[in-house]
Amino acid sequence: MTPQPNALELEDLVMHFGPVRAVDGVSLTIPKGRVTALVGESGSGKSTVGRCVVRLEKPTAGVVRIAGIDVTQLTRRQLRRHRSDVSIVFQDPAGSLDPRMLVGEIVAEPLRLSGKRITRRDREARVAEELGRVGLRAEVARRYPHELSGGQRQRVSIARALISEPKLLIADEPTSALDVSVQASVLNLLADLQRDIGFACLFITHDLSAVEYLADDIAVMYLGQLVEKGPRERVFTRPAHPYTQALLAAAPVADPVRQRQRQPVLLGDDLPSALDPPSGCRFRTRCPLAFDRCATEVPAQVEFAGGMAACHLVQPDGTRPDVRAADPSEVLS
Amino acid sequence: MTTVERAGTASAAVGTPVLEVHDLSVSFTTEGGTVSAVDRVSLDLASGEIVGMVGESGCGKSVTAMSIAGLLPDSARVSGSVRLEGTELVGARESVLRRVRGKEIAYIFQEPMTSLNPVLTVGRQIGEVLQVHERMSKRAARARAVELLSLVGIPSAGKRVDNYPHQLSGGMRQRVMIAMAVACGPKVLVADEPTTALDVTVQAGILQVLRDLRDRLGTTILIITHDLGVIADIADRVVVMYAGRVVERAPVTDLFAHPYHRYTAGLLAASPTPGKHAGTERLQEIPGLVPVLSTQPDACTFADRCPAADEQCLDSAPALQLVRTGSAVPVTGHLAACWHPCPSPRTQPQETTA
Amino acid sequence: MTVLTVPMAEAGPAGTSRRTRVLRRLRRNPLAVVSFVVLALAAVVALLSPWIAPHEVQQTDFAHTFSPPGTPGHLLGTDDLGRDVLSRIMLGARASLQVALLAVATSLIIGVPLGLAAGYFRAWDAVISRFTDLLLAFPFLIMAVGLAAIRGASLTNAAVAIGIAQIPGVIRVVRSDTLRLKSLDFVAAAVVDGASDPWVLARHILPNATSVILVQATVAIPTAILAEAVLSFLGLGIQPPSPSLGTMLATAQQFAARAPWAAVLPGVVIMGLALAFNVFGDALRDALDPKGDR
Repeated sequence: MTPQPNALELEDLVMHFGPVRAVDGVSLTIPKGRVTALVGESGSGKSTVGRCVVRLEKPTAGVVRIAGIDVTQLTRRQLRRHRSDVSIVFQDPAGSLDPRMLVGEIVAEPLRLSGKRITRRDREARVAEELGRVGLRAEVARRYPHELSGGQRQRVSIARALISEPKLLIADEPTSALDVSVQASVLNLLADLQRDIGFACLFITHDLSAVEYLADDIAVMYLGQLVEKGPRERVFTRPAHPYTQALLAAAPVADPVRQRQRQPVLLGDDLPSALDPPSGCRFRTRCPLAFDRCATEVPAQVEFAGGMAACHLVQPDGTRPDVRAADPSEVLS
Repeated sequence: MTTVERAGTASAAVGTPVLEVHDLSVSFTTEGGTVSAVDRVSLDLASGEIVGMVGESGCGKSVTAMSIAGLLPDSARVSGSVRLEGTELVGARESVLRRVRGKEIAYIFQEPMTSLNPVLTVGRQIGEVLQVHERMSKRAARARAVELLSLVGIPSAGKRVDNYPHQLSGGMRQRVMIAMAVACGPKVLVADEPTTALDVTVQAGILQVLRDLRDRLGTTILIITHDLGVIADIADRVVVMYAGRVVERAPVTDLFAHPYHRYTAGLLAASPTPGKHAGTERLQEIPGLVPVLSTQPDACTFADRCPAADEQCLDSAPALQLVRTGSAVPVTGHLAACWHPCPSPRTQPQETTA
Repeated sequence: MTVLTVPMAEAGPAGTSRRTRVLRRLRRNPLAVVSFVVLALAAVVALLSPWIAPHEVQQTDFAHTFSPPGTPGHLLGTDDLGRDVLSRIMLGARASLQVALLAVATSLIIGVPLGLAAGYFRAWDAVISRFTDLLLAFPFLIMAVGLAAIRGASLTNAAVAIGIAQIPGVIRVVRSDTLRLKSLDFVAAAVVDGASDPWVLARHILPNATSVILVQATVAIPTAILAEAVLSFLGLGIQPPSPSLGTMLATAQQFAARAPWAAVLPGVVIMGLALAFNVFGDALRDALDPKGDR
């Protein structure tokens, strides 16, 4: 039996916008039906990766393979045949739905674009079914986006994304613009749908805690490059790369006793720019553990039992540094 | 102690009330009718205290903060009292407000990029505040600006003082905003979502700056946020708001250990925390939407989303009061506005009566 | 739950479309209502003027030249040839509106597609923007003179000249809105789902650009009216004896002292029309502004 192709394969993906090196060599694989969280802060390039996967941008170099098919260099016309394999949900509920269209029309649009013949009655039935699946009543189809709340609009986006039965869903910060209690319901929805339908998902976010619930694997990006990859459990409990450790340490815990006992990891605010990234390891200007080799040599991607980390201090046998061991005050001078 | 620290040390002894808000109500007239944004909110800030005001969008926390700082538009109708060390601010003359704003009460906004003037160096902007309010000379103001920049943790302050806002990262710009805000040694600093627009690795630094200000200058801080993690990190006391009303008020450890109001409990359960949701546990949801009210009814406005609501909740608005549960001694300073508060784990599990 | 039925700011029956909201906001604005009434009346009068004008516009009456307003039978008096001023104003207004509408229609038909293309396709933007610069550099009056010289002065040619002069304004406005819309997520979502460029332009960009186009048109009309008046005044537009507010102004110049009403009244009508369109255009822009609700 031939093995199922991976939902997504990225090989050395590069995306430069003129001099800005937004994505500089990202390799990633998402097996069929699995969820990978792509985590990073502003300037990490994570959204650009998502846009390259759906070909909203044409990659400068590298390979993008969706369900086994190389889509990197296809023309718009050639891409059309494969469009239904991948869908995207965006961050901003206000801008992701056409304000002039009824919700029903918005959700049905992918069906009309697919080129397959579907009668109006069937289309409406599919729309109602999809709306029901995301927890909205069928009559929402007759409303306009501005009549819905942020959470409801995100559900509409999800319904539209899933109506073409994609193999891969790109979720670009789908809950970042929502209130906490609404985030919970949308995350629950995504988790349920993913479990029931079995699509693969690239979940792009800056919020690590949101994905602990959803993700199978985690990939951490910093300034255009991957610094760590691994299964969720391992990355959360034994993060290898100093940046991952800092991310986890920085996210405050909603428990004052625990939070105030935690040792802070202060990285300093001077963020390097993608126009002129630091030599060697890009994280070295903020890393408490940086030493001379970090400036001269780009760290190799070290593979170990729990995944990968790009750091000179990580060994193939799994030895990893502890960012808390350094004196925090040194960083800020 | 630097000049800045000496000048800024709070005159009031630690613990005396610096800001007293009593029955503050704010409503707006809009095209769609009246909107009641804040309803009879009362809270006190004691000197040197950090109070966190938490709630989701539409709860009225920002409006409350803006009315304390006197920043509301003319279309707002404000009633109630806001007293800063005895001086009444609601309805005060513009001259009084102008003196108070910037010198006694400072305000930090969420978006540091739009709050800073892009065509002036940060040194000039901080200097202007000092020249206007403290009548300093340009040279003295610049020296003080450098001091302030290093106070807020900006490295190489002597060089950074001549940078323009676009040359600084988001975190640095927020530090500059904080430096400007404390330049004249205000008694109260109102920080409206100061870290929401920043990366999480930068957020920790900003919270540290705020903590330092309280420790070294004795500044009282009111921090507004929707992020319970920020509250857990920095607040001494917490005020929880929902649909314009204060629904719970407590010291921070008490609030997180046993929230009484059902909304607080729901919010805590919905907040993702690393380590909390491993496996197939679902995140707690709060069904329904935050209401937009034109008038505040005599009922609990959370009732239609509350698992424990009944007739009483619809009949009359619960008052914010000490929670008595069974025979346990009520926690000092822990108030909730709820007819059926969550049972305290310290008492016997029985029906609680208000 | 009756105690909690709260009036949300935008509660309405299902499908409260944008049009309903916009109309509702216009209805509430007294300036919008007044200017709309004025325009509606003007439109009706202008449309029906050939049939409701009290006198024949060309009918001279040398016995009653320079009669002041209020003369029985001539509400607004007569001019130097005894022609009824009111009738000439009515038909002159009709002509003005005809020219204005024709001009604006021309500018939209040519300008909107060019603006869409310039905003959506980078490659076309360079060419179209240079073309726009060219048009802007060309003095409007020279163009009108040129057209008049080549094809003769007439209502149509005046409209064409004015229309051409207004094209750059339309292109600029449509291009900028297209650029804004192009970057929104719902356009990206359509592209990801396989939408072709024509699909995106026709179904997503153009419907969302109608507000700016509408406002542009409403504001361009008074400019066109004034432009027509200028052209006719200079003899480059509607030719006498056809009534035109501009030619009335031109001829009335000579005897302004003797019959001021013949000059002032057409001028007042021109100003009134322009003002009403401008006020309505402003109100329309406010009503269309999505932020105005909260």
